[in-house]
Amino acid sequence: MKLEYDLVIIGGGPAGLAVALEARRNTVKDILLLERDKYLGGILPQCIHNGFGVQYFKEELTGPEYAERFIDQLNHDNPNKVDIKTETMVIKITTNKGIIAINRDDGLLHIQAKAVVLAMGCRERTREAIAIPGDRPAGIFTAGTAQRYINIEGYIPGREVVVLGSGDIGMIMARRMTLEGARVKAVLEIMPFSTGLIRNKVQCLDDFNIPLKFNHTITRIEGEKRVERVTVAQVDKNLQAIPGTEEEISCDTILLSVGLIPENELTREAGIKLDPVTRGPIVNESRETEIEGIFACGNVLHVHDLADFVTEEGEIVGSAVSEYLKRNRKFRSQPIKIVPGDNIAYVVPQHIDFIVPGRKKIKIFMRVKKPAEKVSITFKDDKGDMLASYKKAIVTPGEMVSVYLPEVLLGDRSKNITVSIEEENKE
Amino acid sequence: MEGKEIICVSCPKGCRITVQNRGEEIISITGNDCPRGIKYAEEEFVNSLRILPTTVKVIGGELPLVSVKTEKAIPKRLLLEAMVEIAEIEVKAPVKIGQIIKDDLMGTGVSLVATRNIKRADSNQHS
Repeated sequence: MKLEYDLVIIGGGPAGLAVALEARRNTVKDILLLERDKYLGGILPQCIHNGFGVQYFKEELTGPEYAERFIDQLNHDNPNKVDIKTETMVIKITTNKGIIAINRDDGLLHIQAKAVVLAMGCRERTREAIAIPGDRPAGIFTAGTAQRYINIEGYIPGREVVVLGSGDIGMIMARRMTLEGARVKAVLEIMPFSTGLIRNKVQCLDDFNIPLKFNHTITRIEGEKRVERVTVAQVDKNLQAIPGTEEEISCDTILLSVGLIPENELTREAGIKLDPVTRGPIVNESRETEIEGIFACGNVLHVHDLADFVTEEGEIVGSAVSEYLKRNRKFRSQPIKIVPGDNIAYVVPQHIDFIVPGRKKIKIFMRVKKPAEKVSITFKDDKGDMLASYKKAIVTPGEMVSVYLPEVLLGDRSKNITVSIEEENKE
Repeated sequence: MEGKEIICVSCPKGCRITVQNRGEEIISITGNDCPRGIKYAEEEFVNSLRILPTTVKVIGGELPLVSVKTEKAIPKRLLLEAMVEIAEIEVKAPVKIGQIIKDDLMGTGVSLVATRNIKRADSNQHS
């Protein structure tokens, strides 16, 4: 088997697929895609609901259909074949772009790449991650695990359900379990706002009269072998349970939708620096980590709301890899750091490294800390002088915000550009 | 005069829009912050439609289920009944993406279509 490649992509979900296709479109010839599951598509095949592709394809698809569009192109469209190895697990990457992987057919593989793309996605936070007190019975699932049981394997995880967390997967699974005959008694959200899309609140919860309780959490799980009941309480501003507000809800199943964590064990072991907020690597505008030639995109870099945005990011990397391999790049005399200011949780990319002739603007992605209305997204230089300001009617943590930063504003004078959310009618 | 509250999903703001009506006739739409809200509220009020994504049992497939969806949106009030009808359906592998699994679901004129490929259990091809 071939063990040397120009580009090795780790992960065959929407990010990895987009990288492979875009790199090939940009004439990268020697590409290997490694996927640990039996199929390509990552999480998409189990996301059977519609809502994918509205941005990218301008039509509404389900998760499996969205994945198939890319898999199909990869298999058929081009004589320049991308090598694909499924059921292959990468166990180590090195700073000089060596990859150690294993699978049943080839055993242990030592692969050498000129460029590596990290596209490993993310995983769900568990009960342990949020430390809910009580018994440890069966019946506690992450929403994504329940989704796999129901949609791929054909099992219903339970009959009477409480969902903790109003993230998109939690709300989607509340609907899915209702459609399959289970009773979803409540969706609890510790924050005073939903972290999911408004459309999901309406079409997954309101459509089926599933109550969503803000400022509420589970304070205790009880059950001998199987979950029997949970204690639910209202929380105060510091997210602490308010004594006296407890109520019991009987249920046999708890679904957790309490956040996603980029899966960066390989990245960390390779010594690549991570952003403490995104929990993904710190990257430049090519989505290149601090090790030259190792790139990252999709949910391993930061958790996205929509697969469409993951595809977009994969395409940025696909073409950037091509520029890197052609040794076509020109570095700025010093990188410009994009620094999160007021009400900004994080920005991606974290720095801008290159001078690119003809580039007019750079798209900056960010997530806000708390909802705000009638705001300006401001960009300021080291001296605090305003470089640019964009009005926006509403920002929420549930929806990633993006703005284009015009290239002409970058100049060479500033080392840092601070992005903030400023409210117009602030008293 | 009656009223119905609709949450607009056109943007993250989620305006609470009140539609005042007399029977099927809309008298007024209030609470929307932008014109998109009026269009959304009208559509939701007149006929609330949803695409129904679910799964169907596969016989002899390399996976036990195939994901399916209604090719077009169907009335929201039919969703739970449609699930009962879909629960009875079995389809033989192989299944091709886009294949019609059931014609004219619940008399809506809308078909149920497969949203992924499922190979036969004995097939050795890689995906």
